[in-house]
Amino acid sequence: MNDQWIGDLTDPSLPREIGVSNPADRAELVRMQTVTPARICVGHAGPRYRTRTALRFRADQAAAADAVFSEVSPETVQALGLFEVQTLCRNKYEMLTRPDLGRRFSEEALQLLRERCVHSPQVQLYVGDGLSAPSVAANIPDLLPGIADGLAHEGVSVGTPFFVRYCRVNTARYIAPALDSEVTCVLIGERPGLLTAESMSAYIAYRAHPEMEESGYTVVSNISRHSLPPVEAAAVIVELILKILREKKSGVALNASDL
Amino acid sequence: MKLNVRLYGSGYRFSSVKEVLAKANEPKSGDVLAGVAAENDRERVAAKIVLSELTVHDLRENPSVPYEQDSVTRIIQDDLDEAEYRRIEGMTIGELREWMLDEETSGDDILKASRGMTSEVIAGVSKLMGNLDLVYASRKIEVRSHCNTDFGLRGCFASRLQPNHPTDEPAGVLASTLEGLSYGIGDALIGLNPATDSVENTAAIMNLFYETRMRYEIPTQTCVLAHVTTQMKAVRAGAKADLCFQSIAGSEKALSAFGVSTGLLEEAQQMFREMGSGEGPNVMYFETGQASELSSDAHFGADQQTMESRCYGLARHYKPFLLNSVVGFMGPEYLYDGRQLIRAGLEDNFCARVHGVPMGCDVCYTNHMKADQNDVDSLTLLLANAGCNYVMGLPCGDDVMLMYQSDGFHDIACVRELLGLRPLPEFEAWMERAGIWENGRLTRRAGDASLLMTMNGGAVR
Repeated sequence: MNDQWIGDLTDPSLPREIGVSNPADRAELVRMQTVTPARICVGHAGPRYRTRTALRFRADQAAAADAVFSEVSPETVQALGLFEVQTLCRNKYEMLTRPDLGRRFSEEALQLLRERCVHSPQVQLYVGDGLSAPSVAANIPDLLPGIADGLAHEGVSVGTPFFVRYCRVNTARYIAPALDSEVTCVLIGERPGLLTAESMSAYIAYRAHPEMEESGYTVVSNISRHSLPPVEAAAVIVELILKILREKKSGVALNASDL
Repeated sequence: MKLNVRLYGSGYRFSSVKEVLAKANEPKSGDVLAGVAAENDRERVAAKIVLSELTVHDLRENPSVPYEQDSVTRIIQDDLDEAEYRRIEGMTIGELREWMLDEETSGDDILKASRGMTSEVIAGVSKLMGNLDLVYASRKIEVRSHCNTDFGLRGCFASRLQPNHPTDEPAGVLASTLEGLSYGIGDALIGLNPATDSVENTAAIMNLFYETRMRYEIPTQTCVLAHVTTQMKAVRAGAKADLCFQSIAGSEKALSAFGVSTGLLEEAQQMFREMGSGEGPNVMYFETGQASELSSDAHFGADQQTMESRCYGLARHYKPFLLNSVVGFMGPEYLYDGRQLIRAGLEDNFCARVHGVPMGCDVCYTNHMKADQNDVDSLTLLLANAGCNYVMGLPCGDDVMLMYQSDGFHDIACVRELLGLRPLPEFEAWMERAGIWENGRLTRRAGDASLLMTMNGGAVR
């Protein structure tokens, strides 16, 4: 009894199951599952989920909830060639409940940034843990050099990248004035979903400042190996940043200029 | 106007109507974050007592944001039916609560009187109500609208089919759409949140939905929830969309954070009435959610529930086809756990219905909240009892693009069967033709998307 194991229902090498009994066209259902990661063709037990469907959901939700509370290790930060600063949050709980603290820095942290970073770059890139620590190690090795090299290739000056712990998107409002960057781009962990706990977004703003509006950000979301892979995302972000530099605006104002 | 009260021998003083409304609010983490929450439960009750004795007049004269400063306040005040207002202006909020709960007061009576109520008045009443009060009063009210089909009918529990995809891949969007249809989901609308807010992408999905609706002769409405300016450009370029979507908020400044204004909404409505593929006359679809004002620092010291109520005051100006609160999308800094989520969902449903807005709810949570799918189950059942018009339908309740969880196709099917509620009538007839619905419940063949593909000559590719 003791050496018998129930197989891991989250094993990615397992084929997806068709839960529909006696489908009109089984091959069509198999094809449908190949074009979306959504939980389709699951069938039903009365009007409710089949047991395996319900348990798989619970397993994935447990993994997502756990990802929120994990930390990016100092070794990971070092391996990415970054140095670290922290917002005013002291821990994850504060980060979750106090967005006002998660956007601001102590004077010491700002001083460290000013000492270690190139000033007045055209583009300042930096990395934040946000709501998913695992997203940093999963995406940054391809994403950050991809963007930096792409911009450098176009003759754009890129600032010194760094890592922000307990980071919110709106750190950009304080980073940009501190380093006098023209465009600021934060690569930050998205809140985890059931499909993946490793997604990131890029939030990009022209001349970010404390009083800017939320609609001033241009956003690229769902960066992960499951949706927009980091290498492709880097190319998209480079194009957007070049456009933002050309038009000297970002967010809704940038979209409006297509009218 | 009395703003002071004694309770258990202690004195409580409040400096403004706004402070009374905020401190009378049921506990929300967002009000703590904003620094406007009651210090403790006794102070909360003290504020409720003061609120119960304020009049409709007192609340009208003290809007959360001054008239001169804010276009949302101006719309709420200017749209008021002055004759209705004069009939109720002397009533206290406590009396108004009892009047709404009176078994002799009908839903139509409430809707007639509410034309004379500002959003602060309606929010005030909800703050004096327990969860069951909110369910009982909300259920009386029937609000109808029409785009391609009739909406809001009593006895119906409808759904928005939300077939989101991480990269908006049309084949993947279509797969989730067909799966949802096979469970009888999508009678309120089929609506996608695009991963990429571009005109080209928005137009492509708009046309995919239109083609699907035509091919399978589905009596419903379709929409792509891009920014309103993106939708306008797509429709101007010839794309087909029935409904015009936009997220809205309860102050001009918060609207501006969404990149919209009251004027732009007016323009969008006009354009969709003329160029949209929906029949109308109701062509707008709005989403709201407590604390979007706070998150853009545009709450003016008011609590998040009062600001949310103001969204409905703004919405009713545009006579939307439907509106839903995305109640648990904002995160734990605004609604911390399942208990706050359930309370907020019931408040939003009540306030919107009293405003005369056809109301649904995205019964959802994010993975950084202390909530889970059991809370979705509970709130969905409560809302269905409270006359809520629709909820979201997602494959197994999991959104693979927005990364949060909501109601699944199965949840809607189950609630309909449990409570004897039906899909919207025209859609119900379509389900019967498709062989997935019989005698008020799903057939054994429901849930098989490949069955639908045999309808009307096969699949859209």
